[in-house]
Amino acid sequence: MSTGVTLEFEKPIAELERRIEDLRKAAGDGQVSVDEEISTLESKLGEMRAEVYRNLTPIQRVQVARSSKRPFTEDYIRLIFTDFIELHGDRAFRDDAAIVGGWARLDGETVMVIGHQRGRDTKENLKRNFGMPHPEGYRKALRLMKLAEKFHVPVLTFVDTPGAWAGLGAEERGQSEAIARNLLEMSQLTVPIVATIIGEGGSGGALALAVADRVLMLENAVYSVITVEGCAAILWKADGKNQELRDRAASALRITAPDLLPLKVIDEIVPEPPGGAHSNHEAMATTLQEALNRHLEELRKYRPEKLVRRRRQKFLRIGQWSE
Amino acid sequence: MAWFRKEKKPRQPKRERLEIPPDTWEKCEACGHTDLREKFERNLNVCPNCDFHRRIRASDYLAILLDEDTAEETEMDLKSTDPLSFPEYPARLAKATAKAGDGDAILTATGQLGGMPVGVGAMDFAFMGGSMGSVVGEKIARLGQKSLERKFPLVLVSASGGARMQEGVLSLMQMAKAAAILSQLAERRIPYVSILTNPTTGGVSASYAMLGDAILAEPGAVIGFAGPRVIKQTIGQDLPEGFQTAEFLLEHGMVDAVVHRHDLKQTVGTLLRHMNGKPAATGWTES
Repeated sequence: MSTGVTLEFEKPIAELERRIEDLRKAAGDGQVSVDEEISTLESKLGEMRAEVYRNLTPIQRVQVARSSKRPFTEDYIRLIFTDFIELHGDRAFRDDAAIVGGWARLDGETVMVIGHQRGRDTKENLKRNFGMPHPEGYRKALRLMKLAEKFHVPVLTFVDTPGAWAGLGAEERGQSEAIARNLLEMSQLTVPIVATIIGEGGSGGALALAVADRVLMLENAVYSVITVEGCAAILWKADGKNQELRDRAASALRITAPDLLPLKVIDEIVPEPPGGAHSNHEAMATTLQEALNRHLEELRKYRPEKLVRRRRQKFLRIGQWSE
Repeated sequence: MAWFRKEKKPRQPKRERLEIPPDTWEKCEACGHTDLREKFERNLNVCPNCDFHRRIRASDYLAILLDEDTAEETEMDLKSTDPLSFPEYPARLAKATAKAGDGDAILTATGQLGGMPVGVGAMDFAFMGGSMGSVVGEKIARLGQKSLERKFPLVLVSASGGARMQEGVLSLMQMAKAAAILSQLAERRIPYVSILTNPTTGGVSASYAMLGDAILAEPGAVIGFAGPRVIKQTIGQDLPEGFQTAEFLLEHGMVDAVVHRHDLKQTVGTLLRHMNGKPAATGWTES
């Protein structure tokens, strides 16, 4: 599960950051000027970040995507939108905090924002269930989508979940049905839908918010039919600790944005700042905001029937076979 | 001396010993009842003793649901490829084809059900656990397209552990593909009946299996999003008796009816006639 600890391949970066911090503290006394030294180190830090992030392996991207330092749905809501008002509950059972949603404005225009919400610490994760929704989360999401449709407002979703929750209550209340219903309803919603995979896109629990006219994916996000751990366990009977097999599974599954673009599963890769989205939340949000605006502007031109027809065709074309 | 010694005669069997092929008898997996294979088959592979619904093949479901000599299999040329160059996938496919035939994990056909033209797709658990990859999704989409064009109802029989891992996210997207075609059927008011058999889990249950205008399940079938083993692992305790069975889902409002295999065809026919605005059928014969 995601933690706040520094990832192995980021340790040199963290080390350099600490040195700069130490220098700053030393300079705080005002006795010696270290400006020059700091600026040298900072430019070195920038290069190092870019270098490390240019060559991430699939499993490293999984780690980055799961990092709790990354911006979450609520961070993007705060940084990109104005006038956000959260709406709660599925009107049938309860409110599921693993999914948040509500009205907001994107550069002045009203939109409906819906996304998985993970927690940064244990307490928050208990509330958010690590971003793993129960059926009522998906039903809340659907309720908000229908509400948006009613008032001709576009829907923007943010995908960030290890998967839908597997538990007794989730099964009793129809996890399968809730996800399936969203797939069907999103195939016929008459307003534009733009989905963005911001972190981990885990299987059906992710797809239930991602049947969209445009599916964007952040550079270091992952999108998979099964967790790499689950895949390694099935293929090679690997336990969770076997890193080598986990690495192999991550590569075999083709879960990174550059893998998925040619398969037409996603429509655009949204570049992250050098050093990843977590190194600069504001810069990431600005880039994403530009992409969302651009896609919405295009999608608003389509009449509802054509919008829906194109969305269906897009998904009907995905897959590879011979005949 | 030898008065007590019985004279040894070579024993002659009274009659020619019957050659019984080893596969004549079959044993019910649930109650252990042993019976002639033929008798199991005549009973649609439902145990004559305990009513356990044994797993049957896709072709069996087509035979059960469609009127005799009306079935025409469709999209027989669609074959799985290895789009991700996934480890060992081509070998797994070859093995599955040798074991279960070259229809991949679903057979689709058009035909008549009680004299009514229908499209039927039946999944085959024998082919890689009924896993859904590009071919399964595409076969369903094309059958659905035929339903749209000819305005005949759609029936899908599910038997699957979920999406096919070896095709990665492409498999996941087949859930959306099936939903895209079903939304068009819904729009045109063409009825769709979903039949859930043992097991129906994962990506298949979270897609077309749970989207029927009517959802029927075979007795005892395990149906759920996560498989029982995964849930047990997640929550760290044993699952209640009967959890995720067809009867459990009926009780929790997730399926319309649990239907015995003997009654499957008639039930589907009656439902389709209601939803298709057709008069009631007359002269039903035993399926």
